[in-house]
Amino acid sequence: MEILVCIKRVPDTSENEIEVNRDGTDIERDDLVYSVNEWDNYAVEEAIQIRDKVGGSVTVVSVGDEEAEEVLRRQMAMGADKGVLLSDDAFEGSDGKGLATILKAEVEKGNYDLILTGAQADDGAGQVGGMLAAMLDWPCASLVNFIEVVDDKKIKVGREIAGGNQEMYEVDLPCVLSIQTGINEPRYVGIRGIRKVASIKIPVHGTGDLGIAPEAVGEPGAKTKRLDYFVPELGEGAEILEGSTDEIIDKLIEFLKAKGGIK
Amino acid sequence: MARQVFAYIIHKDGIADDTALEMIAAAGKIDPDASVTAVVAGAGSELASVCNEVASSFAEVWKIDNQALAYVNAEMLRPMLVRILPERGIVLIPHDHFGMDLAPGLSIKLDAAYLPDAVDFEGIDEGKLKAVREEHTGQVSTHVLSDISEGAVITIRPGSFKAEESKSSEGNVVDKTAEAMEGGLLGGARRFLEIVEAEVGDVDITKSDILVSVGRGIEDEDNMEIVFDLAEAMGGDVSCSRPIVDAKWLEKSRQVGTSGQTVKPKVYMALGISGAFQHVGSLKGSPFVIAINKNPRAPIFQVADVGIVDDILDFIPELTDRINDLKSA
Ligand SMILES: Cc1cc2nc3c(=O)[nH]c(=O)nc-3n(C[C@H](O)[C@H](O)[C@H](O)COP(=O)(O)OP(=O)(O)OC[C@H]3O[C@@H](n4cnc5c(N)ncnc54)[C@H](O)[C@@H]3O)c2cc1C
Ligand SMILES: Nc1ncnc2c1ncn2[C@@H]1O[C@H](COP(=O)(O)O)[C@@H](O)[C@H]1O
Repeated sequence: MEILVCIKRVPDTSENEIEVNRDGTDIERDDLVYSVNEWDNYAVEEAIQIRDKVGGSVTVVSVGDEEAEEVLRRQMAMGADKGVLLSDDAFEGSDGKGLATILKAEVEKGNYDLILTGAQADDGAGQVGGMLAAMLDWPCASLVNFIEVVDDKKIKVGREIAGGNQEMYEVDLPCVLSIQTGINEPRYVGIRGIRKVASIKIPVHGTGDLGIAPEAVGEPGAKTKRLDYFVPELGEGAEILEGSTDEIIDKLIEFLKAKGGIK
Repeated sequence: MARQVFAYIIHKDGIADDTALEMIAAAGKIDPDASVTAVVAGAGSELASVCNEVASSFAEVWKIDNQALAYVNAEMLRPMLVRILPERGIVLIPHDHFGMDLAPGLSIKLDAAYLPDAVDFEGIDEGKLKAVREEHTGQVSTHVLSDISEGAVITIRPGSFKAEESKSSEGNVVDKTAEAMEGGLLGGARRFLEIVEAEVGDVDITKSDILVSVGRGIEDEDNMEIVFDLAEAMGGDVSCSRPIVDAKWLEKSRQVGTSGQTVKPKVYMALGISGAFQHVGSLKGSPFVIAINKNPRAPIFQVADVGIVDDILDFIPELTDRINDLKSA
């Protein structure tokens, strides 16, 4: 099975407090810790497990600047066979459709049976996988939390729905699946593994290599554009308890007693 | 001419989802003069009762009635919608597990702009809609501008638009099935097999009055013990956010959120939980929410009644000790 996994380098929200910069044009990027998008990490693990079971190869691909190479390499250390970076000044400012257009061009250079994306990335859109599938005219399933390869023509997948329930489908290959967290337990990647892949060359493809008209992607091709970042003024928010830990606990216990929080 | 807005109605067991009325409110914020049409897909008598229900709040209801949609498979529905929706229409879809499955591909097939997970709208100027979204699990918001002049597919975050007291209407139900089926059934490359129901766990958090809920801030499985100790001192049960279940530290039945349980405790203690909408959207019945998080900007503080900015690993054991002292005194 030839598998392509789309991955994105994002600020790690469990490691960072995300702040808006002074003029609201961006988030404060200095000192941010970046990592591979959480959902994509599960997708790569799943691809590796499928390959190890039925054979084939796993390629990881990312649209981004040269810094995206770091996450490609990390996922190669995890076990992906190849990495490809899609990078071009013309890609900057792409909306979801722009990203899907770029990824589609790369897909068409290969011979993939299965494409995995994450269910969503840092912008919370959850759009790229479904768009890519529609452009390719391939079947698609989102929020996938179970995959079983039936044969080389079809797979069985589970989609997560409300209440912890799951919808099961049979899907013809080739197809695009967006992967939900919890589908597996992604393996740990140590420094040693990363060193092993440090010298592997990662090809970079731009508009020319991909045969993409620059105006179809990036800012010019985007129908949905971000104007600014801001921190919303949302009502009053919580009453923040202040003082020494003892004082805070005193106040908290009063609240708990009053609200039935201690039985 | 009034803008045409379509609202895709999600329903279950013959009853429309709460998002049906929320989309009327959302449409009104996009364009107060918009005419809003409900689009309902399904089969048989269940579909008929949903259509009846929504006809009392929408001016027009389009129905697609086909046995293949008895369980609605987004891959089959999408080509049908493409056949019936007019060019340049604006389609609203709830941003839930179904909407996320249907909408991105629909925008491509309609060659329309896509605007995912909108939480508010701030007007249209020359065909460009200004909307509010959130990024980085709600830590920051953004304004986006979407060119909807050639049509748009917009997913609406559930709970973000206050449903208006339904303006009573006597909507016309229009049967669009024939048009939707013209050329036959497509989307057969993904075939529905069955629903696998969630496993029942050892505690039913939907019945708990006091929930001590733990998130990724607990950092390590070994630290889970302090959460159970606190819950025991308080006389409550332990629930959690999704990453705790993903890590297999707790069973799925303890997960609060859209893909977990909807809970309605009296007191909800959120420990090291950031407050993503998929989590807090499932807190019902206005519980008293206490959030403890080391990040003062965590969105959970927006929904909490009382907040404490501290490291839970230090704070929880101290709190537990004090409650235990109190009880033994
Ligand atoms: C379709 C879909 C469905 C989903 N369904 C659900 C669902 O049902 N339930 C759910 O919960 N999520 C769900 N999610 C995931 C959701 O979007 C968030 O990713 C998740 O809720 C984050 O969990 P968290 O708050 O525990 O972790 P994080 O967002 O990583 O937050 C951890 C928090 O802990 C704080 N922290 C870290 N260390 C400490 C410390 N030592 N002391 C105090 N605070 C600390 C951090 O400041 C941060 O705010 C879903 C996502 C999708 C796409
Ligand atoms: N720049 C990118 N490069 C490669 N894949 C991406 C990129 N952006 C998004 N994706 C993929 O699309 C998924 C969903 O992201 P999004 O639609 O932005 O929420 C991610 O989990 C990735 O798999």
